[in-house]
Amino acid sequence: MSSAEDLIVPLRQRRPEGRRFTPARAAGVISLLGAILAACVLMSLSVGSTSAGLGDLMRSSTAAETILLGVRLPRVLLAVAVGASLSAAGVCFQALLRNPLADPYILGISGGAGLGSILAGVIAPAAGLGILMLRPAAAFAGSMASVALLLSLARRRGRLASETMILMGVVMNATIMAAIMFIITVADFSRYAGTMYWLMGTLSSPSTSELAVVFACLALGIAVLSLLGQALNVLAGGEETAAQLGLDVPRVRMAALLAASLITASAVSLAGLVGFVGLMVPHLGRVWLGPDNRLLIPASALLGAIVLVAADTAARALFSPTQIPVGVITALLGGPCFLWLFARHGGVERAR
Amino acid sequence: MTSIQQAVTSGLEASSVRFGYRGRAVFDGLSLSIAHGEMTALIGPNGSGKTTLLKLLSGVLRPAAGEVRVEGRPLARLSSGARARLIGVVPQETSLVFDFTVMETVLMGRTAYLGLLGVEGREDLAAASAAMRRTGTLPFAGRLLSQLSGGERQLVLIARALAQQPRILLLDEPTVFLDIRHRLEIHDLLSRLNAEEGLTILTASHDINLAARYCRRIVLLKEGRVRADGPPADVFRADVLSEIYDTPLRVVSDPDCGVPYALPRNSGPSGV
Repeated sequence: MSSAEDLIVPLRQRRPEGRRFTPARAAGVISLLGAILAACVLMSLSVGSTSAGLGDLMRSSTAAETILLGVRLPRVLLAVAVGASLSAAGVCFQALLRNPLADPYILGISGGAGLGSILAGVIAPAAGLGILMLRPAAAFAGSMASVALLLSLARRRGRLASETMILMGVVMNATIMAAIMFIITVADFSRYAGTMYWLMGTLSSPSTSELAVVFACLALGIAVLSLLGQALNVLAGGEETAAQLGLDVPRVRMAALLAASLITASAVSLAGLVGFVGLMVPHLGRVWLGPDNRLLIPASALLGAIVLVAADTAARALFSPTQIPVGVITALLGGPCFLWLFARHGGVERAR
Repeated sequence: MTSIQQAVTSGLEASSVRFGYRGRAVFDGLSLSIAHGEMTALIGPNGSGKTTLLKLLSGVLRPAAGEVRVEGRPLARLSSGARARLIGVVPQETSLVFDFTVMETVLMGRTAYLGLLGVEGREDLAAASAAMRRTGTLPFAGRLLSQLSGGERQLVLIARALAQQPRILLLDEPTVFLDIRHRLEIHDLLSRLNAEEGLTILTASHDINLAARYCRRIVLLKEGRVRADGPPADVFRADVLSEIYDTPLRVVSDPDCGVPYALPRNSGPSGV
């Protein structure tokens, strides 16, 4: 062991003794996070460019009602859904790819969903199709394609080194970004500015039906992934070992892939490419709770919702009335976080 | 012999197994039968097919032709869960990508027993504790795998396999990265498991002398063929071993216990 690792290991995991998944522990952690999220949502509702607050709602002012419930609430709920989706998907991709640095944004999985979504946006009006379902469906296909490509590349020779996989993801992402810019420039230049914002990851006020779709996907995805928690724990130890421990590997992998791609895609189709949430939040969760996915997945979903609601509140409030895209905030926080993890993780892997 | 008796005595059986990786044939009609209660070592030079054979016997690889049977039933027809309840596998080493505790790792041995919710019950905890007690890993149940030594980690992997409550244990060079003390410790443990609990054990090994000391049966594999199969005293012949390892070897017998011992014939640079 290197001396650096001697320092890091005790810092990273202070007292794992007695740490074990039980439904009671999960219920405790989840209700704590649920309460914090509720508080964050209420706080976020009273922040904005107009000075309508929760108090105004109590006094039944119609203006406040429109602003809080009609404009702010959908946006805050979208932040909840997007943060939860990207974080839970991050945990799942990390287990599937056996790489704690896997993040839907860095690996181009969000990008794949974005490409699908943009294509749907260009094709649907031309073909006279409705966009509500087509956009998430195309985004879903795009994210599935990205993950499938990564997985097949990663599996070709056993396990890919963490760094190699990240590099491939980054290159894939860059290619996808170029494809998106190409499509936008050629097909519909009038949407150039809007697309730039969207690529950065930005929250607006979605329609009720859009919210319904994103929350339906989220509920389904989180339920499937949480039930697959122990299977993902086992799978993260390698596919052969997992099979020898009694796991139906192809089925588990497919189910996890579908669920994680679904929630990534539904988030991206409404909020664009919000980066690094799927990296930072699971890492935070692991430091606090350990690597058990049965707890880590629902907890990361809630933690991710909290983080994104907070980030979007900051995005609205910091330079009000100018709004910063929320993806700018997450990238400013997440980029350095990723670099730090990357440097540290590589070192740990070599030491062993 | 009735079919029931046969099922009881025949543990694992490979018959006329053919297998290859992308055109390169590894086995062309290999047959091997491991009876229940045996403790067998699988030895042979690098690339002889030991690891591949273990993967075929545990069902993670499927033969291109021929069949593997466990207790008389075709392995390919069993679900992965049913397989894991019969056959436990101990790999050379384990992934440390995500830092699980010893307890969490051993509980993963219960995968094949968990219900839809994937939560361990009392029986699973009891099985895991028993496995940890048996392997002496219970005292560090709460520690992280990354904080253990190589030897301790290997004991944890054995505990995980025991938590599966299998009838057959397959080990792929379980002590290859360990020092002599831990090698002996692990082989002592395997002997006890075999003698006291009737666990059928097949272990691939590069340490032919340790294999001779602990196993009553030795299977010598080279280029995908069984070249010798029998008790150590029969298999350990200087001409056979020298040919198989393609290097001049001689066989002596341990003055204390009479177990055969293979040594290089030339005496090395410091020569006599």
